[in-house]
Amino acid sequence: MTTLPETTDRKLGLVIDLDICVGCHACVVSCKEWNTGGYGAPLSDQQPYGDEPVGTFLNRVHTFEVKPENGPARVVHFPKSCLHCEDAPCVTVCPTGASFKRSDDGIVLVNESSCIGCGLCAWACPYGAREMDGAEKVMKKCTLCVDRIYNENIPEEDRVPSCVRTCPAKARHFGDLNDPQSDVSMMVADRGGFDLMPEQGTKPVNKYLPPRPKQEDLDEPVNLASLAEPKATGFLGWLDDALTRIG
Amino acid sequence: MHPAASVIFFTVFSGAGFGLLILMGFATGSNATPSTAFLVVHFGLAFAMAVAGLVSSTFHLGHPERAWRALTQWRSSWLSREGVLAVLTLAVAGLYALLWVFFDKPIGLLGWISAVLALVTVYATGMIYAQIKAVQLWNRTLTPICYLLFSLAGGGLLFLMLHALFFGSAGSLLSSVAMVLLVVAWAVKIFWWISGDRIVPLSTTESATGLGKIGKTRLFEQPHTGSNYLMNEMGHHIARKHATKLRWISVGLGAVLPIILILIALPAPADALWLVLAVISHMAGMLTERWLFFAEAKHAVMTFYT
Repeated sequence: MTTLPETTDRKLGLVIDLDICVGCHACVVSCKEWNTGGYGAPLSDQQPYGDEPVGTFLNRVHTFEVKPENGPARVVHFPKSCLHCEDAPCVTVCPTGASFKRSDDGIVLVNESSCIGCGLCAWACPYGAREMDGAEKVMKKCTLCVDRIYNENIPEEDRVPSCVRTCPAKARHFGDLNDPQSDVSMMVADRGGFDLMPEQGTKPVNKYLPPRPKQEDLDEPVNLASLAEPKATGFLGWLDDALTRIG
Repeated sequence: MHPAASVIFFTVFSGAGFGLLILMGFATGSNATPSTAFLVVHFGLAFAMAVAGLVSSTFHLGHPERAWRALTQWRSSWLSREGVLAVLTLAVAGLYALLWVFFDKPIGLLGWISAVLALVTVYATGMIYAQIKAVQLWNRTLTPICYLLFSLAGGGLLFLMLHALFFGSAGSLLSSVAMVLLVVAWAVKIFWWISGDRIVPLSTTESATGLGKIGKTRLFEQPHTGSNYLMNEMGHHIARKHATKLRWISVGLGAVLPIILILIALPAPADALWLVLAVISHMAGMLTERWLFFAEAKHAVMTFYT
């Protein structure tokens, strides 16, 4: 049934640290690698070696420039995948019941054998978390690697989503956001984790940690080129100083 | 939003078909005793348009063979409700038409029920779009009202044309009703456009990324060098620059020209041809309006791409 559960026992989700992400896209690659062979239909590419390659991805890294009122602009790498919302609009619009949110752990999934590929759930999601696969014509989305996190056939340290396992900078964390004592919940409380587009009323489970504040006294970018200029010493140095003083 | 031809055709044609069914639902109330041919053509056209539209809507599905599954989630999904209501409407109206055409038993109550069902079906079609919060242009009370009014206007014009084809003249009463329906529908639509232009975006790149607390945010690098499903589906902006011109064209073809043609046909007996032209012009205007409905709509996800 495509109604949402009133509450879920756990709220499994990701916490993404925007201060740490270096934008290497390793999570994008490992997500595609794991999920093209795991749960459901593969994540196909169309014309991967052609003029206009397109493909299905469950996780993508955008890069933004933020310009504070005072001080230099900074670059923030921004990984984005399904936020497993509590009020997931993608679930209730589904006409077939293929889209659902699990009541035990809150994961939003698609039953691909019931999906008619109408695309309405992708329209309903404000985050762009769902992509229709170009070959299989069913809706694909992040499963939170549901085939890893409960998988007793793989070593325990691997029982986290593929993106979390692979992140070389440890910018991605996985856990139960319903448990205030969990690492992820404490991280969110400590760092002021926030929701994306809270105004859309979707109540995302995934949280983002803001970039830490930069040095306040750094008003203007340092002119690095000037530091590299050769400095005259000895007689030439004296001449340079003298001539500069004359004007 | 991407304007899929199949969905444009579906909403326009099934809307007009259901509109004609709504009017036929009340037809037992008139004193005139229509001929069998009259009934067959009226119901035939209404069913043909509604069914053609519904069939066309399955063309944009990734898996049309599973379309029946869309009838299961009517408790939560507007798209499912629309499907269920459409089937119910066609069943009840079919029974109503069957009893009238073949057994000469027009059952007024059945007609009323089919008319109400057809109205609710068209409302549900509008709600498929109006429910989407991520598309603010659509997410308004007026959106399903526009769908309803256009359905009635299209149905009224079709009814008028068929009436003239059968009786040589449309009659001033029916002509007036058709013109009023057209004027009301397009007036509300124009208001929908004007109020839509004034919408302040609910989500911005700052709120989407949460980086607004630091400062002005803009996309520095896309996640990939090529395009993707989201950009193709949600980021459609071809010919958005022609939107104003296309709005004029849709009003001209959808309302102004049909009204002029109705006025020409009014004093000219046996000139149903004018009304056939009026219907063609109206449908062309409606297709333009519906294309704009999708092409002009902006989706919140695009804040991640600007």
